Amino acid sequence: MSIITERLRNLVSCGEKGLITYMTGGDPDMKSSQEIMLSMAKAGADIIEVGLPFSDPVADGPVIQAASNRALANGAAVGKILQMIADVCQEVAVPIVIMSYYNPILQFGLQEFCAQAQACGVNGMIIPDLPYEESERLRNYADGYQLDLIPMVAPTTTPERLEAICSSARGFIYCVSVAGVTGVRDHIQTDLDLLSSAVRRYTDLPLAIGFGVSGPDRARDMAPFCDAVIVGSALVELIAEQKYKEMEKLTEDIKTALR
Amino acid sequence: MLNSGMPAKGGYFDKYGGRFMPETLMPALQELETAYLETQKDKGFTRDVTWYLNNYVGRPSLLYPAQRLSKYLGGAQIYLKREDLNHTGSHKINNTMGQALLAQRMGKTRLIAETGAGQHGVATATVAALLGFECVIYMGEEDTVRQHLNVSRMKLLGAEVIPVKSGSRTLKDAMNEAIRDWVSNVDNTYYLLGSVGGPHPYPMMVRDFQTVIGRETRQQIIEHTGRLPDAVVACVGGGSNAIGIFYPFLQDTEVQLVGVEAGGEGLDSGRHSATINKGRPGVLHGSLSYVLQDIEGQISEVHSIAPGLDYPGVGPEHAYLKDIGRVRYTSATDSEALEAFKLLSFTEGILPAIESAHALVEAVRMASSMLADKIVVINLSGRGDKDVESIVQHKGEHI
Repeated sequence: MSIITERLRNLVSCGEKGLITYMTGGDPDMKSSQEIMLSMAKAGADIIEVGLPFSDPVADGPVIQAASNRALANGAAVGKILQMIADVCQEVAVPIVIMSYYNPILQFGLQEFCAQAQACGVNGMIIPDLPYEESERLRNYADGYQLDLIPMVAPTTTPERLEAICSSARGFIYCVSVAGVTGVRDHIQTDLDLLSSAVRRYTDLPLAIGFGVSGPDRARDMAPFCDAVIVGSALVELIAEQKYKEMEKLTEDIKTALR
Repeated sequence: MLNSGMPAKGGYFDKYGGRFMPETLMPALQELETAYLETQKDKGFTRDVTWYLNNYVGRPSLLYPAQRLSKYLGGAQIYLKREDLNHTGSHKINNTMGQALLAQRMGKTRLIAETGAGQHGVATATVAALLGFECVIYMGEEDTVRQHLNVSRMKLLGAEVIPVKSGSRTLKDAMNEAIRDWVSNVDNTYYLLGSVGGPHPYPMMVRDFQTVIGRETRQQIIEHTGRLPDAVVACVGGGSNAIGIFYPFLQDTEVQLVGVEAGGEGLDSGRHSATINKGRPGVLHGSLSYVLQDIEGQISEVHSIAPGLDYPGVGPEHAYLKDIGRVRYTSATDSEALEAFKLLSFTEGILPAIESAHALVEAVRMASSMLADKIVVINLSGRGDKDVESIVQHKGEHI
């Protein structure tokens, strides 16, 4: 079983839900980013999602767009971010998932990327602009290097697509809670019970809900419908203001809410 | 060799194309593809599109023998396909008319679009007014300044124009924002993409709606001269006007097809938009094609005097046509395009769009060295009224 799947199942069997935190690699700079990653792990993140910054992040709202821009302006690059992950993995044992748009990985070389990511301690990948139909090539390489290619499903995903996506899923299923871009929201209209039971019909992999999770209350609301909650923009917003202590506190509070 | 059955399954032109989009949009893209393919079997739909093209857009557009220009250059006979005479002043309305009628059939109530020069935005706002859609246009902030006349036109037509402040604040960023809007409003919104890029089915669909240019040209040049032309020349940004005029000639291998990219301040200056000439394959805005990018796969900031060409990607079918060698892709610089703009203005009394002036540059180069019995057709994809102000201001030009 994959390390990611195992980690989430163990948590559930202990009666708690997982917390997956997102940060953009190299935001605001490589050195601070490494400290942020360590503090997320220490504050209770069960899995850390490290974003590779991209110039044209079409699935992201303003907060993560700005994080990408800061990271790129300060010299973030794929190789440096993988090295940072390798360094962090020396200190803490937390599963790492790379979140990247497809082009930076394509330009790095799909196989070369998988090889280096594995060597640096990465356990999985999420590629928001790589839908099921285009994913086979990368998944074949990923499988060869024990990397989980984690798929996204959305409220708009049809049952036929859910079946196909779940049949080739690895790690966990990333459920996008709203039709929209990443970012904190006051209100989510999606029937999460419906979405989660639809996905459950096709897979027994863990299910994580992301997009729009602002804090402990929202995480607690979502917990009954999933095995893990993904928090991104709410943390990145604090990183943008260099409120690292507050970022650590928010991570702790959300984790507490999921216990 | 050339395969006219393209694109293949999944929207592939050989290795280019595809559908690289967030899952949220995938069902909408499939719904769009199904709806579009149904209209292709539906004579009523084709009849509706043709009715509007003939009675509203003003088609067929003229194929004009540019005798004074030809005489001035002293070489081949130049013909201009006058897409500038269409309602709203460019070829863009061929596509917006077709897609808006499709959106109507699909029961959508809101049209969104990206625009660079503003021509596609105006053409979208126009059909939105005509058919009663709500309309939102995304336009890079820099473009809203250099093409502010078109911003006013869109607003008068009832559209909301949203200036995009991210990235290079041009067409690429406007497209990012339009995609983000679509992800968030996919249930009632139709994304009316303006060029032959983007995810499948857009490259196929936009091509199909634009091939009316080439079909008319083919018939008109035969009426004028009794034969096919020796060369057809068009500017290439995303590539919709070019594919529109090239497509019906693809099988006529004796007809040279030439695409002209924006050379900006020169191909070695780093300030250009010559994607096919200087880019390499990558994924941008939903399709795999040539892309101007750095070593890390970050999309480059590009430059052209022509906002409609100022884009780091190109339609996947052009990438394919480049690789098989059926179309030759060259480039023209900002200053060459300005010279061509003036040349056409004073020889023929026609102000071309600065985008179309790029095609004119290459046609002038070619025609000058060709014999007088040769024929060169230029796709004059738009009119230049929108450019007058920025051309007058450009490096202190005095006109």
